[in-house]
Amino acid sequence: MKKTHPLGKIYAFLIMAFMYIPILIIAVYSFNSSNSTGILTGFSLKWYGELFKDKATLEACYNTIVLAITSAVTATVVGTVAALGIDKMKKSWRRSLLMTITDIPMMNPEIVTGVSMMLLFVFIGTFLKINGILGFWTLFIAHVTFSLPYVILNILPKLSQTNPNLAEAAMDLGCTPGKAVRKVILPAIRPGIVSGFIMAFTLSLDDFIISYFVSGPKFQTLPIRIYSMTKKRVTPDMYALSTIIFVIILIMLIIINMRGLKGNSKAKGRAKA
Amino acid sequence: MNKNSSLRMKLYASPHIVWSAIFIVVPLIMVAYYSFTNADGAFSLENIYRLSDYTTTFLRSLWYGIIATIICFILAYPIAYIISQSKLRIQTTMIMLAMIPMWMNFLIRTYAWMNILEDSGVINKILTTIGLEPVHMINTPGAVILGMVYNFLPYMILPIYSVMTKLDKNLVEAAQDLGAGKVSVFAKVVFPMSVPGIVSGITMVFVPSVSTFYISQKLGGGTFALIGDVIEMQFQISNNFHFGAALSLVLMILILICMAFMNRFSSNEDVGGGMVI
Repeated sequence: MKKTHPLGKIYAFLIMAFMYIPILIIAVYSFNSSNSTGILTGFSLKWYGELFKDKATLEACYNTIVLAITSAVTATVVGTVAALGIDKMKKSWRRSLLMTITDIPMMNPEIVTGVSMMLLFVFIGTFLKINGILGFWTLFIAHVTFSLPYVILNILPKLSQTNPNLAEAAMDLGCTPGKAVRKVILPAIRPGIVSGFIMAFTLSLDDFIISYFVSGPKFQTLPIRIYSMTKKRVTPDMYALSTIIFVIILIMLIIINMRGLKGNSKAKGRAKA
Repeated sequence: MNKNSSLRMKLYASPHIVWSAIFIVVPLIMVAYYSFTNADGAFSLENIYRLSDYTTTFLRSLWYGIIATIICFILAYPIAYIISQSKLRIQTTMIMLAMIPMWMNFLIRTYAWMNILEDSGVINKILTTIGLEPVHMINTPGAVILGMVYNFLPYMILPIYSVMTKLDKNLVEAAQDLGAGKVSVFAKVVFPMSVPGIVSGITMVFVPSVSTFYISQKLGGGTFALIGDVIEMQFQISNNFHFGAALSLVLMILILICMAFMNRFSSNEDVGGGMVI
């Protein structure tokens, strides 16, 4: 590898600065004692205290995590099973039609996905005369729907890399088809399942636009709570919350990265031996 | 037995097929249904006629989306190239650094820009402290486009970077051996090979930019609406689902056309890589 040109280094630094300045501003104002997010007055932790007194925000955090876990698990199960089936389908118009439809939530503008699902739910609501149909279940359905393509697209390549004879060998040796899937195919595609789940989970945690249209006042997620708070002038406790989230993500990524490096050096050691 | 099990495996796709039919296809049919009916549920073209009032809004959204996408491309391409050329350890760190901001809630990040650009915001405070005139930045088209570029830049960097790391170094060396200079190696080898990454980057930036509503509300101050703002208003404030559906339908079709155009363009490029010069 050649060395990066100094100009390249400066450019990389400028781009990173552009990406991190707003985050720095958030962190600075979260430790600011002033009420407004405009004036710097002095260091204080009071916004972190305020944050833990704010019941609605804490409840929204809890809701977000519950929704992310349930929707990601469901999307991963449905998506894995679907990928097994799609993999067996021949390359025909049926398969490509199914794949096109699966990809729609990924390609469509999020606002259109959100609006279209809202229309369906509202229609069902008026048809069945349910008042306030928008809540946990509509959010759950929406999150599973937009996560499914990511799960399936993470698993399909792993399936096509798996030798189909392995499952047949297992069945010849007396496994039932179900057992062959569990014992042979699933372990082979595990990395795809894991990355699909992680993607579904993080997409759900972070989603605002689709959730905004399919949620009701009874069940708020964190991004929706943040949205309703930024309609007025934001108090710095939102900044405190973001700083906490940022630090958690940073720590998680560092741990994952360190484990990855360790794994790499282990693999290298094995290769040498 | 074998055929049987294969058939059974195909059935595994059925829960997903049912789910997609109900929650992807039917909602899109609902959009079309609401577009062509009025509040009484009778067939009507009223919503479609009303769309022409919003031609400027559509054009403005497209225009801002295009500008934001071009700026993202200009900023992202060099950085993706630089990252892909550096040492492996630096590569992982830089890519992580580029991804971390995406994990922060985009509402908060956009709000932070509001604090930076405001008339009494961070930049203007710095300007007045060093004795310069304050500049009015918030609630201008520039601020909205800046918000788009900021939020969606990683979506341009990542796909271009991932194509560039897969680029076969031997090809570059072969070109150099055959007497190509730096410029022509770039123009004839590196750039044409990175086109697939550019195409997915452009898609990933353009679609959310055209359809955004939060960025324009916060950084544009509602002085000029984008199409996302109008749709959001129909559903959340004026409760006119029928007109909102018609707007969404047009937005979807517009984006489909843009995508089809892009794909055509990119596949042409793939065929004649040398055409780029």
